[in-house]
Amino acid sequence: MEITFRNLVTIVHGMMFGGFFLMATFGLVVMLWRSMYERQGPGLTEQGHRWETAYLVAMVLLGWGAVLSGAYIVYPWYRAALPAGVVDLSGYPQRLLLSKPGTAGWHTLGMEWKEHVSWMAPMAMTMVAYVLLKYKGAMEEHRALRKQVLVFAMVAFLAAGVAGGFGALIDKAAPVDGGRIIHLMEGAK
Amino acid sequence: MSQQSEGIVNGPAAAAILTAGVGCFVLGVLVVATDGSKPLAKLLTFYTRTGPLSGVSTVAILVWIAAWLLLARVWGSKRVAIAKVNAIALVLLGMGLLLTFPPFGDLLLGR
Repeated sequence: MEITFRNLVTIVHGMMFGGFFLMATFGLVVMLWRSMYERQGPGLTEQGHRWETAYLVAMVLLGWGAVLSGAYIVYPWYRAALPAGVVDLSGYPQRLLLSKPGTAGWHTLGMEWKEHVSWMAPMAMTMVAYVLLKYKGAMEEHRALRKQVLVFAMVAFLAAGVAGGFGALIDKAAPVDGGRIIHLMEGAK
Repeated sequence: MSQQSEGIVNGPAAAAILTAGVGCFVLGVLVVATDGSKPLAKLLTFYTRTGPLSGVSTVAILVWIAAWLLLARVWGSKRVAIAKVNAIALVLLGMGLLLTFPPFGDLLLGR
């Protein structure tokens, strides 16, 4: 079982950072939505607040990890310039997509939207995490704030979903591949 | 928009919410601006291998953080009209989202 270095990094970017960020954001949206219909209760224990803090900090770090690894590691491989005389486009995903009318849209719409809208997700979720941590235990009295962080969290989920969805589909049409081959394990004999 | 009053201080949250909207809006504006202007795209190419995206995202983040720090300082101990702040932040967020959508950017650039 083998995998190329670029493929492995793309998996870390998309599935580890992006995928877990998307799941964490969805979890928070559900929690915030549910809290809109909750009766005022005793709230979280001290330990509960510590877990909540860890969850929110991890979520924000995953979001920034996804956009930074995407923009500065994977994206340069995706948009690598085609050297003169090269006819095999397999190592140049952007060029490969643009070479055919049937796949060009994956770049002109998919990647062009994904590469920009994705930045909104960690920005929005950083704000959401800050407000939730700053007003922990007092969110009941701040209904308007709770509604607003819910809206921002939903938009962040949408942005991350667009980025993740297009990322997966674009990588299927023109994979970011190459580099050193990493041997993972032996297959069944 | 701000007013000093008794009660729970919501200024820090309002500053965070409004400036998150500002950051998203600035990102959207820069996306369309760099798409329509090659000199600006070149100027915002902070890292050649990533292209203009490096400058667009960096500038948007810097504006967002600077605005957040500034507004948090001004509203830090105040109670502000949160409904107005929320409405403005939502408009900015929506416009930012729309501006990053390539067909809308192309429409604005007359393509």
